[in-house]
Amino acid sequence: MSVLLRTEGLSFTYGINTPFEKQAVKNVNIEINKGEVIGVIGHTGSGKSTLMQMLNGLITPTDGTVYLDGADIFENKKNLRQVRFKVGLVFQYPENQLFEETVRKDISFGPRNMGLPAEAVDKRIRKAAKFAGLREELLDRSPFDLSGGEKRRAAIAGVIAMDPEILILDEPTAGLDPMGRDVLLEQIDAYHKSRGNTVLLVSHSMEDIARIADRVLVMYKGECVMLDTPKAVFARSDELEQMGLRVPQITKITTMLRDMGVALPEGILTVDEAFEQICGILRKEGKIC
Amino acid sequence: MEFIQAENLTFYYEGEDEEQPNNVKLVLKGVSVSVRKGEFVAVIGHNGSGKSTLSKHMNAILLPTGGRMLVDGIDTNDEDRIYDVRRKVGLVLQNPDNQLVASIVEEDVAFGPENLGVEPSEIRRRVDSALKAVDMYDYRHHAPHKLSGGQKQRVAIAGILAMEPDCIVLDEPTAMLDPKGREEVISAITRLNREQSITVVLITHNMEEAVDCDRVIVMDSGKVLTEGTPVEVFSQVERLRRHKLDVPQATELCSMLRGVGLSFKELPLSTDECVRMLSEVLL
Repeated sequence: MSVLLRTEGLSFTYGINTPFEKQAVKNVNIEINKGEVIGVIGHTGSGKSTLMQMLNGLITPTDGTVYLDGADIFENKKNLRQVRFKVGLVFQYPENQLFEETVRKDISFGPRNMGLPAEAVDKRIRKAAKFAGLREELLDRSPFDLSGGEKRRAAIAGVIAMDPEILILDEPTAGLDPMGRDVLLEQIDAYHKSRGNTVLLVSHSMEDIARIADRVLVMYKGECVMLDTPKAVFARSDELEQMGLRVPQITKITTMLRDMGVALPEGILTVDEAFEQICGILRKEGKIC
Repeated sequence: MEFIQAENLTFYYEGEDEEQPNNVKLVLKGVSVSVRKGEFVAVIGHNGSGKSTLSKHMNAILLPTGGRMLVDGIDTNDEDRIYDVRRKVGLVLQNPDNQLVASIVEEDVAFGPENLGVEPSEIRRRVDSALKAVDMYDYRHHAPHKLSGGQKQRVAIAGILAMEPDCIVLDEPTAMLDPKGREEVISAITRLNREQSITVVLITHNMEEAVDCDRVIVMDSGKVLTEGTPVEVFSQVERLRRHKLDVPQATELCSMLRGVGLSFKELPLSTDECVRMLSEVLL
């Protein structure tokens, strides 16, 4: 595995020399490998979004820096534009940023700005729309005529169309219903698998994170306090709860049973996994066949 | 006693298909539900299932196309009494940032009663008691935009409380909050229901929020799919799954175990219940 993104002493303070001075991100040192899916969790105001915005150079750190493919992205400000094509950022509530007359034009904004020829742009639009699960006939509609879930997908398609090496999504499933959420997560997962790119997914939903992340990054009061596999992170449920976070209900249940002496492994993340494990115990004891 | 009563309610948005009047899309297709005084009811369903539209009928923001909606016996179609309806039922929306109007928390909470022409001394009393009820009294002199999401949403609820409604309808009040903010808001609502007997209608996607209420109504494609106590509703694991709705993981696990031969009297909804039931089998 090769390191794609690395931060060194990355820090950011808002409103320096004003009464509102606040250190949002403190000395974050992380390494993210090529092709990984990283789940990012943390309470509101923990610095997740500020951190994400520094990773694509949208915010300049007050201290420390970010290395992409070994190069300091802030060294030469002229290169930042290229960095943003490589690190695509989907904001919270991206549907609020749709602005063009048609969905097609909106999705094409990124690739057009990259200076791609019309033919290539067209190809990218169709590919991105497909990945995001947007039906072809929606492309010529006004983005404002779409449903909430469709708007969200159109906005995500706009970033995917730039074919970024790293795709950062800041709470992509917030406000969606369970079906919309499942569909979107499956699409992100399928996109990741077919492109092999790196994905950072910020979410308040521990169930979402447990489902698709290779590693989980936990932010607390501006610091990166954990970066490990979901199993290892969610096994520390007491610590997470003190940080205002929760573990998936199924993890909580199996951890409590384990503490009571039931022979279950640590860090069970899905209902299916819990079911298999419990069936194993019951079979051994002859309680079911 | 029924406080809110929808009788064969139908609704469509006008102007969508003016040229093809036969092609209108019904958002509500004959919904009959009721909410008793003092009850805590959760309404769940997908986007587009009609649950928000139903909630907007409860304080006469929308008026029925067909059928009727009674609030404490008042027909919401009665124009003369529309303000009575709105005074009885307060609505809290998803995004707290869209609902706060003043630059100081207590002024924001006072906005409603001021508009109702309440006496200043009475406003003071109501604002204090509303802020205490949602545990935000210590923040009364703060600026709303500096609060966390959960705190903002509780201020929005206090603003509704200060108008002393009989019923509060909340349309996905926790969808934009982190887990801690979510719990703060849900426990504030639960307390209002238990201690002040305020009727609560909670519209939510989060099944874990629905498990502690008195009754669950499940909406699907403009109709009521099923309703009952949380245990009755969530025990229909297969049916809810078929409609792509979530069930609590505790319930799902025990339903799967029941499928391989374990017998449970009823399925658990909460973490603690599930642990208790499984420990009896496994230890």
